[in-house]
Amino acid sequence: MQISLTINGTFVTREIEPRVLLVHFIRDDLRLTGTHWGCDTSNCGTCVVLMDGQPVKSCTVLAAMADGHTITTVEGLANGATLDPVQQGFMEEHGLQCGFCTPGMMLTARALLDHNPHPEPLEIREAISGQICRCTGYATIVRSIQWAAEHPLVAAAETTEKEEEVRA
Amino acid sequence: MQIPAPFDYVRASSVDNALALLDRHGAESRVVAGGHSLLPMMKLRLARPDWLIDINDLFELDYLLVDGPVLRIGAMTRHTTLLESDDVRHLFPIICDAERVIADPIVRNRGTIGGSLCQADPAEDLSTVCHVLEAVAVVRGPAGERMLPMAEFHRGPYETAVAQNELLIEVRIPIRAGSASAYEKVERRVGDWAVAAAGASVTLAADGTISHVAVGLTAVGLERNVTEVEAVLVGQAPTEALFVEAGLLASQACDPLADQRGPIDYKRHLADELTRRVLRVACSRAAASVSEITS
Repeated sequence: MQISLTINGTFVTREIEPRVLLVHFIRDDLRLTGTHWGCDTSNCGTCVVLMDGQPVKSCTVLAAMADGHTITTVEGLANGATLDPVQQGFMEEHGLQCGFCTPGMMLTARALLDHNPHPEPLEIREAISGQICRCTGYATIVRSIQWAAEHPLVAAAETTEKEEEVRA
Repeated sequence: MQIPAPFDYVRASSVDNALALLDRHGAESRVVAGGHSLLPMMKLRLARPDWLIDINDLFELDYLLVDGPVLRIGAMTRHTTLLESDDVRHLFPIICDAERVIADPIVRNRGTIGGSLCQADPAEDLSTVCHVLEAVAVVRGPAGERMLPMAEFHRGPYETAVAQNELLIEVRIPIRAGSASAYEKVERRVGDWAVAAAGASVTLAADGTISHVAVGLTAVGLERNVTEVEAVLVGQAPTEALFVEAGLLASQACDPLADQRGPIDYKRHLADELTRRVLRVACSRAAASVSEITS
């Protein structure tokens, strides 16, 4: 069957088998390997991507079910060379060690901040409670997301400057 | 790598279209809503439908509507929507209590009330909630609509009264003045299935006595409400001694199995303790809502 979807702002059309899972479609067909494939049982959350702005576990969504929808993966977070505040936060506050859970964590964080720009630490913990990190003990992930919440305009301001440069 | 067996995929465009597709493709076709029960089963090859009928485009079934004395919930309403609804929190706090501990927030973005009830997993929380709230399932098929009380709808583990060519389209929950409800679950870790859980709904009369009560248990082998508690509680003013008595009846009524989540006596203990807790919370919430009305 043929599916078409928008991924990180790019419209793509592909021929797929209906049984292909979204995570494998993203990694193997589109070669966007930033989305990780972990437990395969919708427990670990490393395969989280945004579907129409909402975090979903892409090991438990068929690529066919994403037909016509908008997907954001970790590759779509940064705006050119400008990191999303969430990405910057993970750098500033050491939100990762091995990095395996990081793509999913950052996308959930982005969706949380879009919905609730000033989350309490407990709300952050609740939001990432469907995702497993075996390195950090979560404390630095929570701090990273708080950093992003406290610096929402950094990326936007830099982007504006950059756009102005481009325009000039 | 877990990959489902091959199947053909089709998207339904309306309820009538979904019913026509079920009719056309017959016994080996399955409806998929959120997919967080069916897809894992297909990945493990426990389910091997020839046709998968995706009903995620049926936005007409995604609604919450207070309609006179009834809350109407469309079958495609997501767990997240239920959890975030002010009407639901106000009218049926048991639903919010349960939704907060169903899987995790990301799974709740996809999972639906209709999918949960039709899957009828023995450790599934909303089946108990709907039993306790005396919900009615609206099931549509080629011959029209059927209204099924939960006791008829829910036949047992993984089994409902929905025929192969029918679709659950709505859940109706009666709104009772002076009522409140509560749910509590014990799980080994966030997002796991219940070791055991209990739900209660209580209606208080103007004099503060219990005029109506329902208690249900999850994951302990009881596919109905603990009707035994009614004789003890109805007509009485709520007291701790009554909750203890009700807890004992619940632990005797259930029939848990020993498994990796715990032995039988532990699960009976949970049925007892959780019954007491949900009755305590439901009664105090009901008292608060009654005083709100009278003040």
